[in-house]
Amino acid sequence: MNATVGSPALRRDTERGLVAGVLAGFAARFGIDPVILRVGYVIVVVATGGVALLAYPVAWAAMPTSGGSPAPLSRVGGLPSIGGSWRIAVGVGLLTLSALLAFRELGIWWSDALVWPLVLAAFGAAVLWGRSRGGNGRPEPTAPAWRGAPGGSPPFESAGGDHETAAPARPSFADLYRGVFGILLVVGAALLFLTSNDILGGLRDAALTAVVVVVAIALILAPFLWRLGRNLALERAERIRSQERAELAAHLHDSVLQTLTLMQKRAADPREVAALARRQERELRDWLAGDGRRTAEPSFAAALRSAAEQVEDDHRVAIDVVVVGDRELDAHTDAVLGAAREAMLNAAKHAAAPGPIRVYAEADEDTIETFVRDHGPGFDPAQVGDDRHGVRDSIVARMNRAGGRATIRAAPEGGTEVGLAIGNDGAPRESGSA
Amino acid sequence: MSSPPPSVVIVDDHELFRAGVRAELEDLVEIRAEASSVEDAVAAILREKPDVVLLDVHMPGGGGVEVIRQVAPTRPAQRFLALSVSDAAEDVIAVIRAGARGYVTKSIAGDELAVAVRRIRDGDAVFSPRLAGFVLDAFHGEIPESEIDPELDQLTPREREVLRLIARGYLYKEIAQQLDISPKTVEAHVGAVLRKLQLSSRHELSRWAVERRLVD
Repeated sequence: MNATVGSPALRRDTERGLVAGVLAGFAARFGIDPVILRVGYVIVVVATGGVALLAYPVAWAAMPTSGGSPAPLSRVGGLPSIGGSWRIAVGVGLLTLSALLAFRELGIWWSDALVWPLVLAAFGAAVLWGRSRGGNGRPEPTAPAWRGAPGGSPPFESAGGDHETAAPARPSFADLYRGVFGILLVVGAALLFLTSNDILGGLRDAALTAVVVVVAIALILAPFLWRLGRNLALERAERIRSQERAELAAHLHDSVLQTLTLMQKRAADPREVAALARRQERELRDWLAGDGRRTAEPSFAAALRSAAEQVEDDHRVAIDVVVVGDRELDAHTDAVLGAAREAMLNAAKHAAAPGPIRVYAEADEDTIETFVRDHGPGFDPAQVGDDRHGVRDSIVARMNRAGGRATIRAAPEGGTEVGLAIGNDGAPRESGSA
Repeated sequence: MSSPPPSVVIVDDHELFRAGVRAELEDLVEIRAEASSVEDAVAAILREKPDVVLLDVHMPGGGGVEVIRQVAPTRPAQRFLALSVSDAAEDVIAVIRAGARGYVTKSIAGDELAVAVRRIRDGDAVFSPRLAGFVLDAFHGEIPESEIDPELDQLTPREREVLRLIARGYLYKEIAQQLDISPKTVEAHVGAVLRKLQLSSRHELSRWAVERRLVD
C-alpha cells in the first residue's frame, strides 16, 4: 500500500470518503468498491497489530483532494489553510511519536510496547477534541462554486471542513463517524497496551487494568463533558442577563414612563411638570446608586435630605441640600431637623420661586449649623402676623428650648435666610450671620 | 458686562442639551463650535481657540477629563468650565484636578451660566454650592502633622468662610458684602482654593473615587 503513496493520479475522494477520503481515493484509483477496501484495511490493521493504521494519516498527508485542494504536506507553509481537526489529530499523533522516539534515544525507556498505544491514544483523543471544538455550531461557509468546478482553486478549506460542508445531512454523519473513530482509536490503544503487557491474562494486575480503562474512558468523555459544562455556563450567564434586562425594563416602565406620561398631561402647569421631573430624577438617582443611601442607618444628613424631599413633593418646589460632615441622631439633631423642616416649609410657601431653596448643613460631634435660604421677597420676623406662627414657635422657640439659637435675616441680594446653630455645650460655634 | 462677549465651544454628547445651552446663551456669549465626542472636541478647541470650553463631564471615550488631557499639551492655558448632571464627588473632583477652573450642574439657569462663563474667561474659578460642600468635606478631616503641607493641604479660616457662604447659595457680591471685603478678594480666595484642590496630595482628594460615593 505504501508503495503507491504519492502516485500523481491518486486523489483523496472527499465526496465519498468516510474519514478523510483516503480509502475512497484508492478505490476510485483502482476501480474497487470502497467498502471492500475498507473491510480489507481493517483486517490488515488487526493482522499487523495496528502498524498499518499509521499508514492512513501518512497517506492522507501525502494525497491531494479530488476537489483540487493540494496535499496537506505540500502546503505546510500555508498556515491559514491548516486547521481541520484531522490535521491537528495527525499532528498530535506524530508529535507523540517523535517525543517517544526522543525518550527512547535518551535512554528513558521502559518498553517498546508503549509506542503504538500512546500514539494511537493521542491521535484518537485529538480527533475527539477537534470534534467537540468544531461542533459548537460555527457555520462553515459552503462553497458550491468551486465544488462544481473541479479545476477551480478552492478557498482555504480543511479536510474536515470538506466533510462538514458537503451537504446538510452529511456533517452529522461524518461527525458521528469521526467520534466513533476517535473512540475506537483510544479503546484500541488501551487494549493494545493491555495485551502487549500480558495484563489481560492475569488477575494480578487487575488494578492496573482498571486504571488504564478509566484513563481511556476519561480521554473519551473529557471533551464531551467539557463542552456540556461550557454550554451550561453560557446558558446560565444568558439567563442572568435576560433577568437583569427584564428588571430594568420593569423599573423604567413603572417609574420613568409613568412620570413622562404624567408630564405630558400636565404640560400646561410648568411648576407641576418641574416637580414631577425633579421627583423622578431623585428616584432614578437613588435607584442607580443602589440602595446604599436608603438603607444606611439613619443619620443627620440622611434625615435632613429626606425632610427636604418631603417638602419638595408636598409643595412643588426645588430644594438643593448640601451637607458637610454627619452625626448620629440625638436630641440636638431632632431640634435642628424639626426647625429646618419648618424653615423649608416656610420658604416653600412664601418664596416666589426663581431658583431653588438652598439648604446647607455642617455637622460634627460637637456642633450643628444649618442654613435655609430662599429667594423670596423676604419678611421682617418682628412683624410676623398671627397667621405665621410657624416661624416664631416652630423655629425660634424650638431651637431655644434645645439650647441652640435661630436667626432669621434678609439675605443681602433679596430672599430670606434662616440660620440654626446648636452645640453640645449650648453655645453655637458660629453665629448664623457672622 | 461691557467687555466683549466671551467665545465658547460647547462639548456635550447630548444633542438636546447642546441645543438648550445654545438657545440660552446665544445672546450672551459667542458660540464658536459644538462637539459631541472627545476627538471632535479636541479638534474644535485647537481650531477655534475659544476663551472658554463648556465641558460635559460624562462622555464616551474618557469624558471631559480626556479632552482636557489632550488639549493641555498644545493649549496649557485653555480654560474649561465643567458641566454635569452627576454630582458624584469622584467625577467632579477628577475633572477639577485635571484642570477645569470651575464646575456647575446642568440645572443652572442660563443667565447664571453666562456669568460663570465670563468669570472663567476672566481667570476666576467658579464653584457651585455643591462643589463648595465637597471641598469643605474633603478638607474637613484632620491629617497627621508630619504630612501637612500647610501651603496646599489646609484651608485658611477665611477660605473656609468663603466656601461656606458659596455652599449656602451666596453670590460673590453677597459674600463680599457679608465678609466686608471686596469682590476681588473673594475671587482671590476662591482661586486659592482651586489651586489647593488641584495640587494638594491629601488622600481625601486622590482617593476620593474609592472612598466616597455621594450621589445626589
